[in-house]
Amino acid sequence: MNFDPRFSGRQFASVGTRPIRPDGVDKVTGRARYGADFNMAGQLVGRVLRSPHAHAVIKKIDTSKAEKLAGVKAVITAKDLPDLTDGDAAMYDILDNCMARKKALYDGHAVAAVAAIDARIARQALKLIEVEYEVLPHVTDVDEAAHHHAPLINDQVFTEGLEEKPAKPSNVTKRTQFGHGDVHAGFAKADFIVERSYKTEQTHQGYIEPHACVASVNPDGTADLWVCTQGHFVYRQHCAQLLGMEASKLRVTSSEIGGGFGGKTHVWAEPVALALSRKAGRPVKLVMTRDEVFRASGPTSATSIDVKIGARKDGTITAAEATLRYSCGPYAGSWAEIGAMTAFACYKLENVKTVGYEVLVNRPKTAAYRAPSAPMAAFAVESAVDELAHELGMDAVDFRIKNAAQEGTRASYGPVYGPIGIGPTLEAVKHHPHMKAPLKANQGRGMACGFWFNFGGQTCTDLNIGMDGSVSLAVGTVDVGGSRASLSLVAAEELGIDYSHVKAIVADTSSLGYNDMTDGSRGTFSSSMATISAARNAIKILRERAAQMWDIPVEDVTWEKGHAVAKGEKYGNLSPLSLKDIAAKSGTTGGPIAGHSELVADGAGVSFATHICDVEVDPETGSTRVIRYTVVQDAGKAVHPTYVEGQYQGGAAQGIGWALNEEYIYGKDGRLQNAGFLDYRIPVCSDLPMIDTQILEIPNPNHPYGVRGVGETSIVPPLAAIANAVSNAVGVRMTHIPMSPPRILAALDAEREG
Amino acid sequence: MRYIRPLSIEDAVGELAKAVGPAAILAGGSDLLVRMKGGFVEPELIVDIKRIGGLSDVTETAEGFRIGAAVPCAVLGENKALRKAWPGVVEAANLIGSKQVQGRCTITGNLCNASPAADSVPALVAAGAKAVVAGPSGKRTIAVETVPTGPGRTSLAKGEIVEAILLDKRPEHAGDAYLRFIPRTEMDIAVVSAGVNLTLDDKGAIKTARVALGAAAPTVLLVEEAGQVLVGSKLDEATMERLAKICSGACRPIDDKRGTIEFRRKVAGVLARRVAAIAYKRAGGK
Repeated sequence: MNFDPRFSGRQFASVGTRPIRPDGVDKVTGRARYGADFNMAGQLVGRVLRSPHAHAVIKKIDTSKAEKLAGVKAVITAKDLPDLTDGDAAMYDILDNCMARKKALYDGHAVAAVAAIDARIARQALKLIEVEYEVLPHVTDVDEAAHHHAPLINDQVFTEGLEEKPAKPSNVTKRTQFGHGDVHAGFAKADFIVERSYKTEQTHQGYIEPHACVASVNPDGTADLWVCTQGHFVYRQHCAQLLGMEASKLRVTSSEIGGGFGGKTHVWAEPVALALSRKAGRPVKLVMTRDEVFRASGPTSATSIDVKIGARKDGTITAAEATLRYSCGPYAGSWAEIGAMTAFACYKLENVKTVGYEVLVNRPKTAAYRAPSAPMAAFAVESAVDELAHELGMDAVDFRIKNAAQEGTRASYGPVYGPIGIGPTLEAVKHHPHMKAPLKANQGRGMACGFWFNFGGQTCTDLNIGMDGSVSLAVGTVDVGGSRASLSLVAAEELGIDYSHVKAIVADTSSLGYNDMTDGSRGTFSSSMATISAARNAIKILRERAAQMWDIPVEDVTWEKGHAVAKGEKYGNLSPLSLKDIAAKSGTTGGPIAGHSELVADGAGVSFATHICDVEVDPETGSTRVIRYTVVQDAGKAVHPTYVEGQYQGGAAQGIGWALNEEYIYGKDGRLQNAGFLDYRIPVCSDLPMIDTQILEIPNPNHPYGVRGVGETSIVPPLAAIANAVSNAVGVRMTHIPMSPPRILAALDAEREG
Repeated sequence: MRYIRPLSIEDAVGELAKAVGPAAILAGGSDLLVRMKGGFVEPELIVDIKRIGGLSDVTETAEGFRIGAAVPCAVLGENKALRKAWPGVVEAANLIGSKQVQGRCTITGNLCNASPAADSVPALVAAGAKAVVAGPSGKRTIAVETVPTGPGRTSLAKGEIVEAILLDKRPEHAGDAYLRFIPRTEMDIAVVSAGVNLTLDDKGAIKTARVALGAAAPTVLLVEEAGQVLVGSKLDEATMERLAKICSGACRPIDDKRGTIEFRRKVAGVLARRVAAIAYKRAGGK
């Protein structure tokens, strides 16, 4: 394969248009099949028994009564999922999270599961399982957990990354540090310094579709899994490893997905469903309830962050420092590390230092949530940046422009940037009419910037050309945001045919080579690269077939606008052959025509956004309404602009919920108090204004069309933009997310009382 | 589980009275079905009252309005006469859940579910609404505020069914209103709420007043002192201040996932002022 991924600056015919999506009709008519919509003959209902305790030793589990109940076909505990992880600590944590082995580590931790002939019997069976717990002291707050007096969640954890190996175990699993220069020297040069501490509460991705799967383990050792996931190849690897199967014997088919946002990149119920099916000898459907989704699938981290930034009178930042503590749930993670990497990524800094601490708590295992860890770090940093601008008497946008990273800037987390979009998004915001719109009483405006890395990764696609000239594109990245439409546009563009002749599908794990999952905003970036490569391989064959049909050397055949063209005056009387013409003759010119591609999509371009937000705060109740919101973000190249806008709006909407009302609320007993959408308040439609978007296109030099991932960055600035807006509206600096009405009213009362 | 759909209130009462295990009454089901699905209740008998004659009707009588126990809240919103007479009750009923839920849920169900945060109940209490209770020993009519006795608990005896809610005929210069605080704009549950019902004299001064608070105590509170402070006034600033103070003071709230004690106290006063002003305007006050 001699695929050249470099940006070529071509003119586009299909890319950049807005056709309707191929999966749209099925979705609006209710025909689309989501995780719970698969069914098999003889299928059983799986249900999971969960710990009511935040932290408890499991002394004994007696399943005998449940097993005797008529209609129960299998009961499993950790014994049915033996440890086959062979020293792989991360896999062991996944296994232990799927089914608690020695201790229940959070309210909702799975301890046993049943498969029965119907839901009623399954529920009854759960009540018949007797679990003897020894309840232990628990800790759910990130700062309390990091304290040396806190109850230890795992006494084998000794903080990594310290200069000396600690003598005592701790809930802090790891310390990481990033930066360059000398922050002490930098602060010494500062005329103004802002130093503050911030907190953010834990939020859930809030996908509408709960986790759901059907597992069918056959007597010959092969198995099928239909599942709602962001990455069926990864699920196959993890499930096979946990169950002691060869990955090739497990075929995983991804369903349509009712939202994932990072939360469907981790297995929870799937190994349990497979173990139940293996034991029962029948297919098992396992669908989580909303209560289970909240209690036992992955929320993001709660955080506690200290920020210190200094600047000279002229507005130059001289030093910036942050200490970030992120909760991981009861298992080690790298969430604070990512926060520490992203915190100051928007700025050109001579002296910068960030330190991250990963903290264990008795809460569900933290999972990725859209640009995981970045929104909280951005909230803290962008709040401090705003406050510093005020102290300097500088406009908040101008202050950021003066310090923004550029091409050639060494990022705070290490690498040197290529062409990037932070400066252009800030300039666009500076000149946006939103910034000049008048504000009324009790209203405030805020803005903030955000950064996300974006990923590429392993990708494999197949492009098959039918004899009727239609093109079917099989990709291995799950479509979470309209990527089948975008990838069809890319195939149409490269082949020079109409979008309507391309149909993209997401293929199962037995039909394509390995694909990394749809995360890191990689779906369209990486699969479009593979699609371009596959199309170019198909074009090579199309040219060969045309050459054969004309009986001329293939070197004399080029591909232009969907046609093979014979080049040279001697071929003057040969009319170009369309893709359809060549496909129609393929049966007699060598058989089916296809293009394949397998690659590692390197060079995902980093992504930046700047958001503007207006809020109105009711000073008597602390209630906040977002009345105007604008997202400006670099897309590299917007393949399907409507879905790019959708990503911008979706990230902003989730950020608004996080900023204002969403939070995990734990009682003193360590139990989650609000495991449902009534009291875990995501925004409803009427809570949101129309979110305006502006797409900037600063081409990614490492993609043929200049594409950058767009899915995640949009959730990074909102917490800070809204916090800055609220703080400007009420005149009090808000440092605790969510800024729920009781928190705002309490802050206002504290200010009034001086 | 047994599901029955009796055609007369007597049959329904009889079935409930002789039920051995847990029994439940089903009208819209917007509370019951959710609780069953969540595994919180497992009734052995479900008595669907929607086919019982008269229970799905809103009737205007010489005394006022009779709202059958199975009338969905959305139907109240479509009744012009009711909307004109009791706008506060109707707006409260039309805040429950979502549009879809309003097509099913009933104010009688809202009352008998006995949540302190029930939206229609403070408005009904302020309105002085009555509940017609059918039971094994006949029928009785009681003030709605005597139905709930605590979260999830009512004064109804075994076999008793609330078959209708009664609202009085309105005199001239009368108005009612309901406001709740929710962090969102809709599809939410009251953190604290207030209902006010007023009548004015010919000079525009308040003649009678009833003030009720929701989500501020284990049951909806009728704050009689708050009503008294309004009588004789035209809602001048000093009266409003006193109203807010009395309502904040009357609260016996808790700290929970929906709000703090401090927040509920404070906002109860704020809402009482705001809702009194709306009711006053509706009554024709200036």
